[in-house]
This record gives sequence, C-alpha cells and structure tokens, in this order.
Amino acid sequence: MAKTRDILIDPLSDNNPITIQVLGICSALAVTVKMETAAVMCIALTFVLTLSNTTMSLLRKVTPGRIRMIVEMSVIASLVIIADQILRAYLFDISRQLSVFVGLIITNCIVMGRAEAFALQNPPWQSFLDGLGNAMGYNAVLLTVASMREILGSGTWFGMQVLPSAYMGNGLALLAPGAFIIIGLIIWAQRTIIKKYEDD
Amino acid sequence: MRKDDLRVIGFAATVCLVCSLVLSATAQLLSDRQAREVELFRKTNVLLAFGVNVRDEAGRRISSDEVDRFFADHISEIFIDRETGSVLEGVTEIPPSERRARTILDRSVLPLYIWKDDGEVTRYAFPTSGMGLWSVLYGFVAIDRDLETIIGLTFYDHGETPGLGGEASEPWFMNQFSNKRFFADGQLQRIEVVKGGVAARYPDGSDHAVDGISGATITGDGITTFLNRDLYYYNRFFATLRES
Repeated sequence: MAKTRDILIDPLSDNNPITIQVLGICSALAVTVKMETAAVMCIALTFVLTLSNTTMSLLRKVTPGRIRMIVEMSVIASLVIIADQILRAYLFDISRQLSVFVGLIITNCIVMGRAEAFALQNPPWQSFLDGLGNAMGYNAVLLTVASMREILGSGTWFGMQVLPSAYMGNGLALLAPGAFIIIGLIIWAQRTIIKKYEDD
Repeated sequence: MRKDDLRVIGFAATVCLVCSLVLSATAQLLSDRQAREVELFRKTNVLLAFGVNVRDEAGRRISSDEVDRFFADHISEIFIDRETGSVLEGVTEIPPSERRARTILDRSVLPLYIWKDDGEVTRYAFPTSGMGLWSVLYGFVAIDRDLETIIGLTFYDHGETPGLGGEASEPWFMNQFSNKRFFADGQLQRIEVVKGGVAARYPDGSDHAVDGISGATITGDGITTFLNRDLYYYNRFFATLRES
C-alpha cells in the first residue's frame, strides 16, 4: 500500500489529473475566465471528490460488483446536486455564472476515475486523502490557468486591479482558445520538468 | 432468479432510498433561502431595466438592503388584466407560478413597475420573454412616461449559444434599444431586430430598428416577435393612460 504522504502529494505533480492524465479539461476551460468562479468550482469539486471517494470506500465491501458503476454515479450525482443547491442558496451570483458546470462535475472523469481506480480497493482514510490530493492537483492547475487568464485578459486578479489601468486586456485569454493554449503550455512545462514522456 | 440477484436489487433500492432522502432534506432546508435569492435577483433586474447602476466598480451586486431601499423610495408595482388593459384594484401580489411564467401568453395578470421621482411618475417597466433559438429569453423593458419611447431593454436569463445568440444579453446589443420609439402617429410601431444591420435596410437610420447579431438570426427574429407581442398587450393599458 502506498504511503499516506504519497497518496496526498503524488497527484499534485507526478500524477496530476489534468496535466498528466489530461482529465477534467472541459471545466478547466469553461470556468477559468475569472479567479472567483474558478475558486468556487475548486471548492465544489473538492467537496464532491473527497466525499465520493470516502463513501465509495465505505461501501466497497458491500457494493455488488455488477452494479458498482451505477452506485458510483448515484453517490456522485447526489453529492453534486447538494453542492449545486448550496451554491444557489448562498452564492447565487456565482452559481449563475458557473451555470451547468457545477452539474457537469458529475461527468468529470476525475471523480468517477478515482472512485473506480482507488476508492474501491482502499480503506476510507486513504481514499479520503486520495480524493483530497487529486482535488488539490486539479485546483492547482485550475487556479494557475484562471490567474493567467484573468490577469492577461482583464488586468485583474479576484476582481482587484493588478496591472495599470492603461493595460488593454488581451481578449484571446478570455476565450476558449486562450485557455487551450495556456493549459497546453502548462502541460508542456510540467512534463518537461518531471521528465514524463508518452511512450510511442 | 439467482439468490445473488435479490441482494443486488436490495442494495440498489437502498442506495436509491438513501440518496433521495438526503436530496429531499437538502432541498427542503435550502428552499427558503433560494427563493429569497431568486426574488432579490428579480428585483435587481427591474432596477437594471430602469437604468439603475446595480453593480459597483468591482462588479459586485448592490446589497439586498439597497435594492429594497430603491423599491421603497421609487418603485411600486401594479397588476393589469391582460385582455382589457385595466388595472386590477386590490391585487398586490401574484402567485409564484405566474411570476415564473415563460411568456405573456401564460399570464392572465400582467405586472407593471412604476418608477416615481418625488411622487411623480417618470418611467414604467415590465417583463418581456419569449423563445429565441434554443431557449426562452427573459428580460425587462423600461419605457418613458411619454408612453412612446423605450428607455432600455435588459435580458437576464437565457440559454442561447455564447458568442452567437448569447450576445443578446451583452450591453452592445441591449443598449441599442434605448430611445427607440414603439409608438408614433397614434399607433404601435414594430420594433425590429434587423438581419444584416440597420444601415442595409434603412440607409437613413431608423428609430425603431436595431442591428441583429451575426450568426443569430433566429434569436433576433424571436426577440422581434415577443417584444412586439408584449408591447401590444401592455399598450392596452398605455392606451387607457393616453386617453385620460
């Protein structure tokens, strides 16, 4: 069994869900125009991923193998709906900006992937840490992309002016292609640093 | 049926039951607060249509206290019978289902907001909504007390494609409606969203046409249809005001 520390740290860099496994790209493109929406998305995903991993791990010995994926979907979907309902009640404006993307956490490959690949074989505490670690790996990339897009595109960070107001926002950074380029550069940079190459 | 099958069905049923109980409890607990947020959102959009600056420089919405203060100081709401255009005396609120009506055709009672400065009526606003390409667009129209000029149009909710029909809720599109005239020479004028741009169809300009959105002709046609339809119904009430 992997060491507890590795479970938490590994997904931050060497096994990052976005830059190495290239999962969860859709929301990483959609909600990273501003730090505010990206940060709320990070919190929602962390909530769903840690709890779905923990729940599936608790159920791992009683869940019949034939219907385990349906059970995973039910647990994940319920958690996502709870997260969405809470946002609608307490962060109405942001929940409108995130619109369908909170709901789409259900289809975020990271969540189901970790339930299948880790939580079903490991005890709850390790699964919780694995969920947290993967969420942090996702968050690190999301917040980096959002920082670059908001600063380059609007000259602000969390809505605060960080570049001189004479700065003309770069519209490309605000559009989806800008996000593709930034994520591509991050993936390239990280894989170069940790010397990870795809096998031919 | 194998013995194992029963266990699988039992487990699935338990999962369903637990999930549904947890979800209903969450929805129940949060419903009051969510309803308050939706109500605040509606009021904020009424203010927006009236031309109130509802966001500060950082883009934050003004507080619910400030919204309530605007409503207390300036805005009153009356209800109009759709078919006759007469004011329904004594009606002060309509059921939430009417509030959420998709279009004017689903309403029998029409809400109208009146803005007063120092006791004198200066502007009116009312909801407008209808089908675009994929979705219903919801918005508010504000008109001047001359009962001829549109002050502003805002859309606050829709599911049109971002960058195409979704541009309908962008300032450049909505601002075009300011100072358009929907009533002249004793009759309603058709407000038009023009495909290819106003200049192509009206070289001398027009006081009742706005530029369409390229790539979103059907959204534009939808707006043309429902905006004129809603103006038609509300004009029944405005006609009674003009007479008096």
